[in-house]
Amino acid sequence: MGGLLIGLAAAIMLLGLGRIAGVSGMAARATGIADSGAPRNVAIAFVVGLPLGALLIAQTVGAVNVSFPASIWPLIIGGLLVGYGTRLGSGCTSGHGVCGLSRLSPRSMVATGMFMASGFVTVGLLRAGGWQ
Amino acid sequence: MTRALIALLSGTLFGAGLAYSGMSDPARVQAFLDLLGQWDPTLAFVMGGAMLPMAVAWVIRSRLSSPLAAPTFDLPGTTKLDRPLAIGAILFGMGWGIAGLCPGPALADLAIAPGDVAPFVVAMFVGMAAQRFVPFLSQKPKQAGPK
Repeated sequence: MGGLLIGLAAAIMLLGLGRIAGVSGMAARATGIADSGAPRNVAIAFVVGLPLGALLIAQTVGAVNVSFPASIWPLIIGGLLVGYGTRLGSGCTSGHGVCGLSRLSPRSMVATGMFMASGFVTVGLLRAGGWQ
Repeated sequence: MTRALIALLSGTLFGAGLAYSGMSDPARVQAFLDLLGQWDPTLAFVMGGAMLPMAVAWVIRSRLSSPLAAPTFDLPGTTKLDRPLAIGAILFGMGWGIAGLCPGPALADLAIAPGDVAPFVVAMFVGMAAQRFVPFLSQKPKQAGPK
């Protein structure tokens, strides 16, 4: 159900505006970090919609449970890697994972395979090392 | 204006889907990535579910000469498998595993747990800016645009 909503959102972006609903690209464009891509107002509106949608669920369906790492360091280190990596690799879970895979894009298939594998290995090592 | 509203609708549905599906919970994302531990595969169904409407949308797109509310399609055309793609994906996967967050859920969580997610979001934008202005791993000076 949640997945269908995400796919519907990406379909609206594709068929309505002719673009990939890639969050990392939209976020970089909205903040001015990227100077090519979606028109600025489109990127800003999309990015503003993300917390708005989450808020809507919290207000209508019920509390959205989230539990964060206890320390701030995983968030900072993880954030730096996610920011740098998604820009270098031209996309994240939404652009490569949802939009690219369903388009059968070879670049997205490779990227998704690699970030999934990297995520599995990273969490495996963290758990094995007793850090999480 | 119409285009901004369509983008707002798309972003809002996207954020709602992330919150509804549990994708915005870092602990669940880490459980999904914990393949060798107590693996929670449910998020794979979320990604699969998201691909259904998109698979239909790509078929419809192939029959349209232009999008419904913009003059042209502006889609990534590169098919080259290069080093920045691979290194970027690996670094992203590491960060995804360490924090349990990727960009969409992080931004959606600003409405759910702003204090908790703020350090990640700030660091993410610092990382993005670092790639833009210090692209030492990049083979080309500029990225081709959002994917």
